[in-house]
Amino acid sequence: MIDTLPAPSRPLVSLEGITVGYDGPAVLEHIHFSLNSGDFVGIVGPSGAGKTTMLRALLGSVTPRSGAVRRADDLRVGYVPQLETVNWNFPVTVSEVVLMSRHRIHRMPWRAKGEQQLVDDLLEKLGVGGLGKRHIRALSGGQQQRVFLARALMGDPHLLLLDEPTSGVDVRTRHEVLHLLSDLNMGGLAVALTTHDLNGIAAHLPKLVCVNTRITGEGTPTEVLTPLVLEQTYGAPMDVLDHMGVPMVVDRMARLRSA
Amino acid sequence: MNHMMLATALSEPFRQPFVVRAMLVAVIAGALCGLLSVYITLRGMSYLGHGLSHSIFGGAAVSAAIGFNFFIGAGVWGLATGLAIGRVTKRRIIGSDAAIGVITTASFALGLVLKALFRRVNRSIDATLFGSILGVSRNDVFLVLGVAALTTVFVVSNYRPLLFLTFDPEVAEVSGVRNGLMDAGLMLTMSFAVLATMKVLGVTLIAATLVTPSVISRLLTNSFAPMLVLSTAIGAVGGGLGMYLSYFWDTPSGPTIVLVESAVFLAVFLGAGARGRRRLKGLATDHHGAQGTVGLAPAV
Repeated sequence: MIDTLPAPSRPLVSLEGITVGYDGPAVLEHIHFSLNSGDFVGIVGPSGAGKTTMLRALLGSVTPRSGAVRRADDLRVGYVPQLETVNWNFPVTVSEVVLMSRHRIHRMPWRAKGEQQLVDDLLEKLGVGGLGKRHIRALSGGQQQRVFLARALMGDPHLLLLDEPTSGVDVRTRHEVLHLLSDLNMGGLAVALTTHDLNGIAAHLPKLVCVNTRITGEGTPTEVLTPLVLEQTYGAPMDVLDHMGVPMVVDRMARLRSA
Repeated sequence: MNHMMLATALSEPFRQPFVVRAMLVAVIAGALCGLLSVYITLRGMSYLGHGLSHSIFGGAAVSAAIGFNFFIGAGVWGLATGLAIGRVTKRRIIGSDAAIGVITTASFALGLVLKALFRRVNRSIDATLFGSILGVSRNDVFLVLGVAALTTVFVVSNYRPLLFLTFDPEVAEVSGVRNGLMDAGLMLTMSFAVLATMKVLGVTLIAATLVTPSVISRLLTNSFAPMLVLSTAIGAVGGGLGMYLSYFWDTPSGPTIVLVESAVFLAVFLGAGARGRRRLKGLATDHHGAQGTVGLAPAV
């Protein structure tokens, strides 16, 4: 799916000291962050910390109050929204959703030559083959996630951004989605996602960014998932245990209560 | 013999050139409104359709009062109103429903006052209030045909960007859909549609034809493309049948067309079952922000 990626040494997107807000106080302040070719990054933080806003800044759908967002020339970005934000009553089938992102190539209602095969192959690759004619509501949470992933991939992106891709799905689906994203990243696609699932997702990613209005930590899970950084990010004391080389985050208060 | 008489009586409207002309316009007007109704209801713009038609009545009255071209005056007025609503809403001065309520009702009230004050205004725009079978001229046929062709070309040649924008405006924008341009196109075609069909449907009732066909079609399908086709067909049948019945009942065409569409809605609603009726939950819900605007929910 991926062609002519920007040079690996150049960032795909850079947030250069941006401050972002909506009507009230700033949601993000003085954020410096870059996404490079081949990155696989998790953006973590508590609710209201600015994770989605940071994703939107990378996406280019919010204008910062100050600072700048620099993007590589001709950068194509695929975006998978939170499932909770999708209008599931909208009259649209799986194929119709996937084909939306080909609007630049073919704007008409009918399929272009070979287009249906392209959709069928992609859905098959993502494990949702044969569901093209189904209404989007008539799918499981994991299948719905894959359909929106297919829409993002159909636009042939260099960078894939996902907002809480594992929110509201079961453990098995969470693992499947994570493996799928890992495979796509191995294929050369840069991936960034937001998550509040520290143990289920974040600890398995090669790079993490902790956010709470400002960036409180950036690096590998072992570098970032430390009691100090977590307390700065979540404002509550947390312990980090080692589970077969993978850091496990535990709420210290809950741990003391159960002891 | 009785059958012969009945057939003769039923086919009588088709022997009257003015009725044939009115029915032709009603079929095209119904189809046009049916097509646009899909975008209007799915984008939560139903109230805007209602407001726009009322506003255009004010523009028509002002044009008649100053002796200006009816279509140009009312069209410019409608567009200006639409832009004013969009501006007020985007700046979050007041909510879009309140903006539509204040601006378009004021425009409609101005039209009614001018109609009462000037006899010239009264004569020329009387038929536009409720629609009239007698008010359809040969020029109206060409006008409705032209607007329908323009709208069809716009919708077909922008099918995927419009679907993307309607379903998911934020992602559409960052995926390269020019939301502002598409919105302006929809607003323009909607204004033209109201303007071209007001003599047949009447400004007070156009809003119903800009909503009902898509609500009926939503009960029948779960897919977007069939919904567009069904809604257009339902609008065309409702328009033609309503105009035909208005001839026999000697009733204004607008209300008769709306009643026919409402009867179809009731029948389909009752026959759709609980599963079909659940589909209506997604309609008339402004899922993505302010009505008719691309709103970013301030999620953090």
